[in-house]
Amino acid sequence: MENMVNIVIDGEELSVPSGTTVLETAKKLGKKIPQLCFLKDINEIGACRMCVVEVEGRRNLPASCVLPAEEGMVVRTNSPRVLNARRMNLELILSLHPQECLSCVRSQNCELQSMSQQFRVEQTPRIDTDRLPLDVSGPIQRDPNKCILCRRCVAVCEEVQSTSVLGALERGIDTHIGPAWSEALDNASCTYCGQCIQVCPVGALSERDDTARVWELLHGEDHVVVQVAPAIRTALGEEFNLPPGTNVEGRMVAALRQLGFDKVFDTNFTADLTVMEEGHELLAKVADKNLPLITSCSPGWVRFVEEYYPQLTRHLSSCKSPQQMFGALAKTYYAELAGLTAQQVKTVSIMPCTAKKYEADRPEMQASGQRDVDVVLTTRELAALLRQAGIDLARLEDEEFDAPMGASSGASVLFGRSGGVAQAAARTLSMAYPERVKVGADGSVMVDGKPLRVTVVSSLGEARRILEAVEAGTCDADFIEIMACPGGCINGGGQPTVFDQDERNERLHARRNVIETLDGEAAIAGSHENPAVQQLYAAFLGHPLSEKSHQLLHTHYREELEQPDSPESKAILSRSTAD
Amino acid sequence: MYRAHVLVCAGAGCVSSRSRDVRDELVKILGERDISEEVRVIETGCIGTCDLGPVMIVYPEGVFYQKLGLGDVAQIVDEHLIRGRVVERLLYRAPLTEIVTEKMRDLEFFRRQYRIALRNTGVIDPESIEEYIARDGYMALGTVLDGMTPDQVIQEITASGLRGRGGGGFPTGRKWDFAAQAPVGQKYVVCNADEGDPGAFMDRSIIEGDPHSIIEAMAIAGYAIGADQGYVYVRAEYPLAVERFQLALQQAREYGFLGSAILGTDFHFDLDVRVGAGAFVCGEETALLNSIEGNRGEPRPRPPFPAVAGLWGRPTIINNVETYANVPPIIQHGAKWFSKIGTEASRGTKVFAMAGNINNTGLVEVPMGTTLRELIYDIGGGIPGNKRFKAAQTGGPSGGCLTEDHLDTPMDYDTLLELGSMMGSGGLIVMDEDTCMVDIARFFLDFTRDESCGKCNPCRIGTTRMLSILERLVSGEGQQGDIEELEDLAVFIQETSLCGLGQSAPNPVLSTLKNFRSEYEAHIRERRCPAGHCRALISYTIVAETCIGCGICARHCPSNAIVGERRNPYSIVTELCTKCGVCLQECPVQAIQKR
Amino acid sequence: MCSTVADKVYTIVDRFRDTPGSLIPILHAIQEEYGYLSRDVQAMVASELGISPAKVHGVVSFYSFFTEQAKGEHEIGVCMGTACYVRGAADVLEAFQNQLHIRAGETTSDQRFTIGMTRCIGACGLAPVVTINDDVYGRLAPDRVPELIEKYRRQ
Repeated sequence: MENMVNIVIDGEELSVPSGTTVLETAKKLGKKIPQLCFLKDINEIGACRMCVVEVEGRRNLPASCVLPAEEGMVVRTNSPRVLNARRMNLELILSLHPQECLSCVRSQNCELQSMSQQFRVEQTPRIDTDRLPLDVSGPIQRDPNKCILCRRCVAVCEEVQSTSVLGALERGIDTHIGPAWSEALDNASCTYCGQCIQVCPVGALSERDDTARVWELLHGEDHVVVQVAPAIRTALGEEFNLPPGTNVEGRMVAALRQLGFDKVFDTNFTADLTVMEEGHELLAKVADKNLPLITSCSPGWVRFVEEYYPQLTRHLSSCKSPQQMFGALAKTYYAELAGLTAQQVKTVSIMPCTAKKYEADRPEMQASGQRDVDVVLTTRELAALLRQAGIDLARLEDEEFDAPMGASSGASVLFGRSGGVAQAAARTLSMAYPERVKVGADGSVMVDGKPLRVTVVSSLGEARRILEAVEAGTCDADFIEIMACPGGCINGGGQPTVFDQDERNERLHARRNVIETLDGEAAIAGSHENPAVQQLYAAFLGHPLSEKSHQLLHTHYREELEQPDSPESKAILSRSTAD
Repeated sequence: MYRAHVLVCAGAGCVSSRSRDVRDELVKILGERDISEEVRVIETGCIGTCDLGPVMIVYPEGVFYQKLGLGDVAQIVDEHLIRGRVVERLLYRAPLTEIVTEKMRDLEFFRRQYRIALRNTGVIDPESIEEYIARDGYMALGTVLDGMTPDQVIQEITASGLRGRGGGGFPTGRKWDFAAQAPVGQKYVVCNADEGDPGAFMDRSIIEGDPHSIIEAMAIAGYAIGADQGYVYVRAEYPLAVERFQLALQQAREYGFLGSAILGTDFHFDLDVRVGAGAFVCGEETALLNSIEGNRGEPRPRPPFPAVAGLWGRPTIINNVETYANVPPIIQHGAKWFSKIGTEASRGTKVFAMAGNINNTGLVEVPMGTTLRELIYDIGGGIPGNKRFKAAQTGGPSGGCLTEDHLDTPMDYDTLLELGSMMGSGGLIVMDEDTCMVDIARFFLDFTRDESCGKCNPCRIGTTRMLSILERLVSGEGQQGDIEELEDLAVFIQETSLCGLGQSAPNPVLSTLKNFRSEYEAHIRERRCPAGHCRALISYTIVAETCIGCGICARHCPSNAIVGERRNPYSIVTELCTKCGVCLQECPVQAIQKR
Repeated sequence: MCSTVADKVYTIVDRFRDTPGSLIPILHAIQEEYGYLSRDVQAMVASELGISPAKVHGVVSFYSFFTEQAKGEHEIGVCMGTACYVRGAADVLEAFQNQLHIRAGETTSDQRFTIGMTRCIGACGLAPVVTINDDVYGRLAPDRVPELIEKYRRQ
């Protein structure tokens, strides 16, 4: 029996389990208390002081996000004192915030801006502080001047992703958020997962804007093809006021075609190909007893393992991610079919992910002799591109992907969510090799009569736990699927940003439903049945894990001590010589 | 057996006045006169009369020698220690009355004191556990372990009425009780020795002068709440305190007062020292815990309170040094004895650190409820240079000021709060008529803004805004509406800040506004600093009629801003004048005017 | 980084390895040894303790006692406690600044002097107070500053 307490909020009485905060209690009454720093279970630090309330019998105004409801507590959430304090707080925040809303990437999608408008905050005196340098070193960009020190990014980076790249530095009015010594993210072991962007209430964190490069390609002479990741169609509609959970696949294809892409292809096609390659790699490793095999399609995750557990990269699947397989094939296989040279084909990919921008830029990603993927846009950037072009996604008629790289199976779309890669592989292998691979009703997998233990995790914090177990020898998994973002790509760092945590969770659920629906409605279930994939093998690659496959679709990873200049490796080196 | 004992103060103040050299000289001369066997030299902690250092007390007579130079030592040895004649020249002479006092106990400074927390400081050699034991040290711990239940210990402390001496004045017994009520398991006892309040140095003196009393008290606290580990968090600015405390820990372990099976019982307890790293906010208890854990010293939201979830999430009590110093005497003499001292709601004594514009600076311990007048005039000997008393700041940057009108109010927790100030840790900064209260408010805001941890908006940005207004005022650029804006900001910061630092940061402004509003107004409306302190608002001129043309001012002026010919009136070139005031001091005929 | 520095850092880290909340004691010990906490040293501490560099730097930059730059041979600390301020510490500071031609927080170009402002050192009875290295000077009038600097310059 839960211990209940009775509390009165703005005259309404209710009973809540003890330990419930006043903020949560108010929410139950439909009251939205403004807040800029709180993230349930992740960042409960009471720092922004926007959510202050008046409590009878208390002199000060406590922050409701960290105030547990107590028996007999009488709270007012919108008294004049409270509203004045919130307004003054906003004024103070704005006195340090650059007034650059017109050019800010988050304009009209900024929690601070909308709150300031709600409160009709007047122009406040500016506090002069030194401008801090911008970090534009990589796919994630930081403008510390816009930062309001809510520390959500710090909390997500530490609590959820276990990377702690960002932290609070200095003290008092000089406090700012950044990597150690305000290093560029490029030099700070950042995985570019982009989860920090998702929680930033203002425009202090954003992805590198590559829309101009896409316009340049579209207005140029080259043959420009686009690929779209499975998770985009689950969320793009949100940017155009469609209800969360609207599948916009057909409209998205139409919109891309209107933008002027010569071909609109689907990353699902190479997701099927990944299933084929990685599935066969798995069977080979089972035979060699060289396990566990860990998936490699999430570039944030790959960078994580390279940065933090370089000694374990040998467990990574050698398969490139679907994005990079696509790029390599578009400039070889497809170019040949279309009668073009690799140089004449340009590839743009639309990804729910900020780390994909980094992946496309990795030096080794030029199997075609050219940069395999030329430009990567996030879901948000695609929405901006469409708006610039005056295209209202909501009003378009459905269209179909182009052949051949637009065909896909139900398995491939599962890549858009956590657990999908493992499920797609198990499904495909069991259909393709029913005598060797069996999947039980409960999802358990048997290979050659022996159970294949499959573990699925998402978020880098979870990934770290698994890797620690692998290293300690306490992990008995044979096949591990890891995605960097909690819940997988539907929650990627490049997806539409949502303020409210509850709403964000609801949207994730809705996006996931789209994936399940698409899988359910697919004409073919397993990747091996994809006729375009079959054709690709027959006409170009030969068979899975063929030499040509290796050349185009597989890769290698940075290993321990490959970069002898980093302080860590120097430290390790000098230590080993000292011992 | 020694026929005489000589106590040489080795408190931080006296050490900076070269008391160590005086001690060495004494030892050397005693050797030369071949009486080292007869006279024992003891280095003590702070005696309290910091501005009289180096000081020496010769027993058995208890003669108090002060402001000693190296050349004075031989005379004390030859005259006093060999011939038995007091050296009158080196005795204390009251600044106003010129009355000479021979014995330490007759000094007004000591006569009115009631020493509980400071019972041993300045009396014993802090580096000797034997001396502590000789003065009933570790008796209280013995009493507790010998026959009291943890509950009885807490009851005794509660009954004594002891309240936290670090600032808030929370009842110590209740705090211990909360932690004792928490489920059995790992618990911690913490001593807050992060004495950050500028102008307060009692914690430093106690740790430097009587470290064992803290060890004993913390062991008692550990027994009472069921903790086996304690931490003492000392400021990095106090290296001597750290050194002495560590030595004391080692001795206590050797004597079996710390470690396992203390005094043959099954009680285990040990202590560790943690050195701060320069952050005032770490005096706030949750910030202090974060710092001990190795993190940035940022406060945590409360609840949960440390007694429920403190260090590493475990139940923890945090008390200040002076609070702990009161614990062994309470156990030894009983709650009844203690509760008879002081006032109804503020039992016992309080140590004050008197500094600023006061004749007798130093540490004094008086019963709660002693008036400000007694402190400043009777014990402190009044204001130097016969200047007028203007205000006294209590509670440091978190407190407020008391004025002439408050001279007869009793100093206790609740009265001070009512007056818009607070007890704080007991710093008492006395200010004379030359002090500008707007500038003092600016000084404190500058301090809190600098020491704000930066976590919550109201404190981080609010104090910055308040400071910029105050800076405007003292530089003569005040605007209409500044006072009102200061007040709005002050109330906002008080109401919404995360921790005590922010919540109390505006106090110095509000209290000076309350008591000296006209000074603020003069800065804004008349562009005038009534105390003649704010440089931007004053100017120096030479009154031609008075000037005798001696040229002394021109010779002393560091910026060559005074021009003229001898025997004719000189004048000041305003553009060059840096308003340093040297000319005013040097002029033999008071021809320089400051406006 | 030369391996002797690395060795010393590792020795210090190992000494505190079992101390709960060891980061701050470790940083104190290293600063005691080298006078300041360089970036390289901070990175080494982070990797040895298995915590992120951002956390180490966050702690180093939070506490005013830790410094990331080498200080001058003689460290002058002008106490800016209330008692000292009321008794003219600002003028003393100004005298040091004028005499050495640097501002508080800076080091002379010959690396001989650093001027700092310290928090109350608890010697309020002797205000204004200045510390130079481990020596304490009480009741310091601004006009004594040149002679003091000269004394240390000759050392």
